[in-house]
Amino acid sequence: MTRTSRWFAAAALLAVAAGPWTGAFAQKVLKFIPQADLRILDPIATTAYITRNHGYMVYDTLFAINDKFEVKPQMVDKHEVSKDGLTYTFTLRDGLKFHDGAPVKSADCIASIERWSKRDALGQKLAEATESWTAVNDKTFTLKLKTPFALTLDALAKPSSNVPFIMPERIAKTDAFKNIDDPTGSGPFKMVKAEWVPGNKVVYVKNTDYVPRKEAPSWASGGKVAKVDRVEWIYIPDSATAAAALNAGEADIWEQVPPDLIPLLSKNKQITVKNNDPLGSMGMIRFNFLHPPFNNAKMRQAVLYAVDQKDYVIGIAGDPKNGKPCYSYFTCGTPLSSEISAEPLKGKRDYEKAKQLVKEAGYKGEKIVIIDATDQPIVHSQSLLTLENLKKIGLNAEIQAGDWGTLITRRAVKESPEKGGWNIFHTWLVGPDMVNPAVNFPIRGTGEKAWFGWPTDPKMEELREAWFKAKTPAESKAAADAVQKQAFEFVPIIPTGQFILPTAFRSNITGLIIAPINLLWNVEKK
Amino acid sequence: MAVVAFVVFLLLYLTPGDPAAILAGDAATSEDIAKIRAKLGLDDPFLQRFGGWVWRLLHGDLGVSIFTNLPVTHLIGQRIEPTLSLTFCTLVISVLVAVPLGVVAAARAGSWLDRAVMAFSVAGFSVPVFVLAYILIMVFSIELEWLPVQGYRPIREGLWEWARHLILPSLALGTVYIALIARMTRAAMLDVLSQDYVRTAQAKGLAPPAVLIRHALKNAAVPIATVIGIGIALLIGGAIVTETVFALPGVGRLTVDAILRRDYPIIQGVVLMFSGAYVLINLAVDLSYMFFDPRIRY
Repeated sequence: MTRTSRWFAAAALLAVAAGPWTGAFAQKVLKFIPQADLRILDPIATTAYITRNHGYMVYDTLFAINDKFEVKPQMVDKHEVSKDGLTYTFTLRDGLKFHDGAPVKSADCIASIERWSKRDALGQKLAEATESWTAVNDKTFTLKLKTPFALTLDALAKPSSNVPFIMPERIAKTDAFKNIDDPTGSGPFKMVKAEWVPGNKVVYVKNTDYVPRKEAPSWASGGKVAKVDRVEWIYIPDSATAAAALNAGEADIWEQVPPDLIPLLSKNKQITVKNNDPLGSMGMIRFNFLHPPFNNAKMRQAVLYAVDQKDYVIGIAGDPKNGKPCYSYFTCGTPLSSEISAEPLKGKRDYEKAKQLVKEAGYKGEKIVIIDATDQPIVHSQSLLTLENLKKIGLNAEIQAGDWGTLITRRAVKESPEKGGWNIFHTWLVGPDMVNPAVNFPIRGTGEKAWFGWPTDPKMEELREAWFKAKTPAESKAAADAVQKQAFEFVPIIPTGQFILPTAFRSNITGLIIAPINLLWNVEKK
Repeated sequence: MAVVAFVVFLLLYLTPGDPAAILAGDAATSEDIAKIRAKLGLDDPFLQRFGGWVWRLLHGDLGVSIFTNLPVTHLIGQRIEPTLSLTFCTLVISVLVAVPLGVVAAARAGSWLDRAVMAFSVAGFSVPVFVLAYILIMVFSIELEWLPVQGYRPIREGLWEWARHLILPSLALGTVYIALIARMTRAAMLDVLSQDYVRTAQAKGLAPPAVLIRHALKNAAVPIATVIGIGIALLIGGAIVTETVFALPGVGRLTVDAILRRDYPIIQGVVLMFSGAYVLINLAVDLSYMFFDPRIRY
């Protein structure tokens, strides 16, 4: 080999080693560590929050709620309500396009809402009141109701799972129980499905055709301006590695920081750890109403007297700064929350009262099975505390541990605990999922059709219906108070407190929207 | 392979867990889950499901993931490169370091060098991979900022980028294999070094390196090749901890994630792939014996 050819070979090798030149340096790439791995693309088929968040990237909604809990038009330009409150007419904004270039039409909106209303509880309520949806033309459509439904716009603006996202009609016509895999939406970002590696990476690029509203962003309402060219969701399963990646600048934002890593990240001056979620999440104890001993209201009330929310908040959030007791069945900090009838859950814990209630309930020492998911710290910490509390009041309780997949399978078993069923499980919901009786599904008492645990509480259902009929904010508040009073009597769940998992981001990141969902429009990377 | 396919399918059928419940999400009702189960065909009888799976398998179709709706072959295809890359780099590091260490330790048996190699070997076995991984990340990624904390870059994005992302995982994982192979090499070499033909070679006046490498190491190679073969099989099966700590999207993590979510088509697909890989690796190891020891014939 001659000297010249050696140099040529060396240069060629270096070129190969350096990799193909893509011109990517000019792009602004936001690297985001999400709270979970995105596995399901269909925000209607699942209530998983990670899929909801993906939905906000690629889809848009007709309406959205702002930080004052007001419903604001989003894809809708204008809307009218008839005097009798039975006909709603919606007109879409100009320039709305799906990612495949097709314009957003009335038929797309109708098909999307109809699919959503087959799965979502509030959507089902709207569907019960609906006579018909009709496309007047490509941009205008009407909703005709059988009976007035005051929450029509609130339903269409529902901020959390399931969100009524608008999809192309060809996709929205899919069976609501079949998982769709085409992420074509009309939102501010487009998913690059070819680069999707489940368990590792999701890639979105700016939707250059998106026409944002002119208003400032507020929660999911207002102008959705994509200020980066590309967003990469990098799923890092190990928290310590995620912290190291953020420290090293390999990631820009970490959606939910576990409490034990907050001090470590706070030491880095290039990183801000901040609570971006004004509503946080609510932990809860759920009983099985089909089997003894918690088919007896006195037993459930007894547990109310033994639960100390302060312990649960520290157990979940690690630091009292990241959580607080919330003695309400509705998310604290929202209009319907109150401490009405909350005395059994507040103040000094009264184990003697709890024991007395257990005695009155005629508890015969039946074994109480708490199903636990040790791979979910929020569930596991609550399970351990509940076990201790139940033992304190003389109950024969035990934990049966597994993973989250096992827990959510087992909680669907209606058999007795001896035959593979259960008595108690724990979970949590984000704040928006518990703000009012319409979305707060754990309090429902529809028996076999209710959430796992299957409580039958006709009085709760009556009070919930009364809330739907409220015409003024004062009436709504009074009706919600009545719902809460009944909840503290019947005890469908026990709220275990309100907690926050803060977001961490690097100092070159600005514009993060304070909202109950991590929204990535308006975010700038300098 | 047929037995593996049947046993895996049967085990998954009997294992508690319901992908429909996981797919539906936390707020779903029993009614929702029942409808999803029906759509996914999870209520069908065992033989019908197994028959359908075998029929598709015979047509080269491993099925579609319940959650992502992506073909299992596509998902395995996405993950195989990081796994093979990690396997390759780990083995290269392990063999290049461990075999000379084992040979030197055997040649200087009883010396401080031998003891040092054995002490390193014990430490390599004893320190959990994740501890070593965090130390490596702290030193080389956070403090020195030489290497990335996590992730994988395909080789088509550049050789250096690819290698940079594999150095720390390979070092962390390789330590165990270095320890294993070094011990095995030392033991095999000690056995061979006491043989008459080695003494004869030494008596002929051959230089010590020639005796060690040409006469001793070649004859000690059969057990070493076996250990390396087992190592390859284990690595392809998934270095779960290493893949998790360094966020490498390998087959191991794909398998664990699929098990946690009860994504049956993926589990069946990867287990079948693993069993095929194990058969091929064992065959290759067996065939390599003929190269190291011409007396071996099949």
